[in-house]
Amino acid sequence: MSEQPKNFGFGEDETMLRDSAQKFFADNCSPDKIHSQVAHDPTIHRDIECIWDKNLWQQIVELGWTAVCVPEEAGGIGMPLVAAVAIAEEAGKAAFPSPLISTYAATFALKACGTAAAKAALGDIAGGTATTLAITNEKGSWESADTDVTVEGGKLSGTAYFVQDAKKADRFIVSAKGANGIGLYQVEASAEHLNLIADGIIDLTRDQAHIEFSGTDCVEVAAEGAGDVALDAAMPSILTIVSADMVGAGEWLLQTTTEYAKTRVQFDRPLGFFQAVKHPLVNVMLDIDRTKSLVYNAACSIDSGEDDTELNARMAKAQASEMAVFSSSRAVQFHGGIGFTWECYVHIFFKRQMHNHVLYGDAKYHRAKLADIVIGKAA
Amino acid sequence: MSEAQRKDTPEQAEFRKYCQDWLAENHPGRPPVKLPQGALELSDPAALEWLQKWQKSAYDAGLIGCDYPVEVGGGGKDNCQDIANFEMQKAKTPYLPNIIGMGMAAPTVFFHAQDEVKAELLPKLLSGEHIWCQGFSEPGAGSDLANAQTFAERDGDNWIINGHKVWTSLAHFAEWMILLARTSKDDKYNGLSYFVVPIRENLDKGVTVRPLIKMTGETGFNEVLFDNVVLNDRYRLDDVGAGWKVAMTTLAHERGAGPIVTPSSGGMSLEEDESAQTSSVYALIDLAKQQARNGKTAADDPLIRDELMKMMIRSESFKQNQRRANVPPLVDHPMRIPLQFKLVATEFAQDLQQVAYEIEGAASSLYANDENAPASGRWPLAYMNSFGVTIAAGANEVQRNILGERVLGMPKSK
Repeated sequence: MSEQPKNFGFGEDETMLRDSAQKFFADNCSPDKIHSQVAHDPTIHRDIECIWDKNLWQQIVELGWTAVCVPEEAGGIGMPLVAAVAIAEEAGKAAFPSPLISTYAATFALKACGTAAAKAALGDIAGGTATTLAITNEKGSWESADTDVTVEGGKLSGTAYFVQDAKKADRFIVSAKGANGIGLYQVEASAEHLNLIADGIIDLTRDQAHIEFSGTDCVEVAAEGAGDVALDAAMPSILTIVSADMVGAGEWLLQTTTEYAKTRVQFDRPLGFFQAVKHPLVNVMLDIDRTKSLVYNAACSIDSGEDDTELNARMAKAQASEMAVFSSSRAVQFHGGIGFTWECYVHIFFKRQMHNHVLYGDAKYHRAKLADIVIGKAA
Repeated sequence: MSEAQRKDTPEQAEFRKYCQDWLAENHPGRPPVKLPQGALELSDPAALEWLQKWQKSAYDAGLIGCDYPVEVGGGGKDNCQDIANFEMQKAKTPYLPNIIGMGMAAPTVFFHAQDEVKAELLPKLLSGEHIWCQGFSEPGAGSDLANAQTFAERDGDNWIINGHKVWTSLAHFAEWMILLARTSKDDKYNGLSYFVVPIRENLDKGVTVRPLIKMTGETGFNEVLFDNVVLNDRYRLDDVGAGWKVAMTTLAHERGAGPIVTPSSGGMSLEEDESAQTSSVYALIDLAKQQARNGKTAADDPLIRDELMKMMIRSESFKQNQRRANVPPLVDHPMRIPLQFKLVATEFAQDLQQVAYEIEGAASSLYANDENAPASGRWPLAYMNSFGVTIAAGANEVQRNILGERVLGMPKSK
């Protein structure tokens, strides 16, 4: 086991990348703009839409963000995971509607496959092919062995559920069960015998779908028996990157609510004077800081090739999920009446946090997994 | 070569080598008597005497007070105390007994006393020959420290002091006390003045030191009563009415946020490390494996497992926050993480020890005086003692005000 760097491996290159991400989102992704873009229709039975700015996606591809975690030999930049974590944090702070986080998740899965086909797919990601994982069954299981899709003779059948950013993706990485176990398969979004049914979801900043495969052509990126192994290997990175997005969203909620508590006057005092408001906001800050440190530790342990990456990543996601619920609920509560309305921007971040809260498992799920690792399976 | 060593100036590198050589020759070895976890809990005079001998030898060798000027008994060096502290820690030395003297009294005396008073007091403070204690809190002035009512009345060149100080750790051994007293009833903050008082030589002249008994039944600190105690004006620090400003120097150094680095040693493992046994989540997991619950071991109960993992995550996040606090690009406000440490660490320990009650179940009712008490009754004892630290040094409610005001910029709650 190698010694971890004291600074989490967060050096000058990572700082520059983070600063440029901050500038990009400040220039292109203000809360005003996001709200007018994704929240134009408040009606509860609104048409299911996928709203995003493809032009911005093109720009971040040109900035190299999709190539950050793609190895150099596959045509990427090959930076450490902490670099992608820094970008994801800024994306969360901006509630950025894009397939970036999903494409990172697919990147990690493909990196764990170790096949020529996976390497080619990674090169495509570096070039801007939005790619997402289709690995969840109808019951919403996060276990790598659970899929409702089967593979036979190079064709996929069955349905994948809870596919993130599905309408934005150019390509899916699908887990499917064959005679010899679970494999991973690449399917183009434009493929025939593929029916994408968009889900009506609460989070306005992303889209989700279930995808029906009926004899759909596919390319194998991990052979039968190797697919669930690759997903298990990728899961610590996936949990870490999603948690980073949550840290960013949490920080936006904290800063925005704190600003409101400084300016909103009731009983002749700014709200923040009252300890019933001040102290819980401090608790939100404590929760965000815990999460942020655990996220950077998880990323750094993955970059350092340590053997306790699963432990570190599950701790990060468990803490991120607790923080997501707390930061978003306090933000609505302390904004008072206005915080309960559609016109206030808080609900955008509230909904993104609550979506992330359960995505890839909530806090209790990960603590149960951690207990199995640390204490041993219960008798 | 460590990261710390790479940044050494030539003077620092030479000093580091000197410390290493001296410590290799002069480590005091194992204590002849049982030591408590920290200097504030010292009650055995033999333990104190042994620790004072250690402090004196390290002081004489120049490892303590090295950044103070020579005229006040220091070593006259620049930025060397950190190096001595690091090397003493690395050499696994015992802790220093005069903790309040060095951490709080010395910088305050140094920045606010007359020159001849500094030269009189600081050498024996730094050498540990004179133990110091702190007279700030009172029955009516806890978190609201500026409400102190102990009164000092001018009488020519002297002050006549009357009042009541509480929670005074080490007062039973102390020669000197730093004292915050009221010199005017007209103004809360500007009515305070700051003194240093030789309490030991006044024990039969109006000073009474009495042990306070904690809710656990243990003694640990004292109350100190002043009944017409006479103090010469030379022992006033800074101006009459400037006591609150002077107290801020004390408190800044207490929090490790003052300009002078406090001498500290440590690192020696104690024979029975009871505090580690009640502040570690792994100790709690071990306890859970030994206790029964609902027909299984407690460690197999899903709700207990969930609680244990919550505590493990908090423990790890504290460690990683300490790590991140030293990475400037990953911290948006320099005090954001350091100001959390006291609050987070003390609440973690308290909550951990509270979970132990649930794990022990019915047996958590048994105290240290019952031979059937699980783990010798140390978990419930630690839980009760944990309130000492969630209250002391600014109750955690005050810590949350400080974080909300200084870091988040919210308006002051007063």
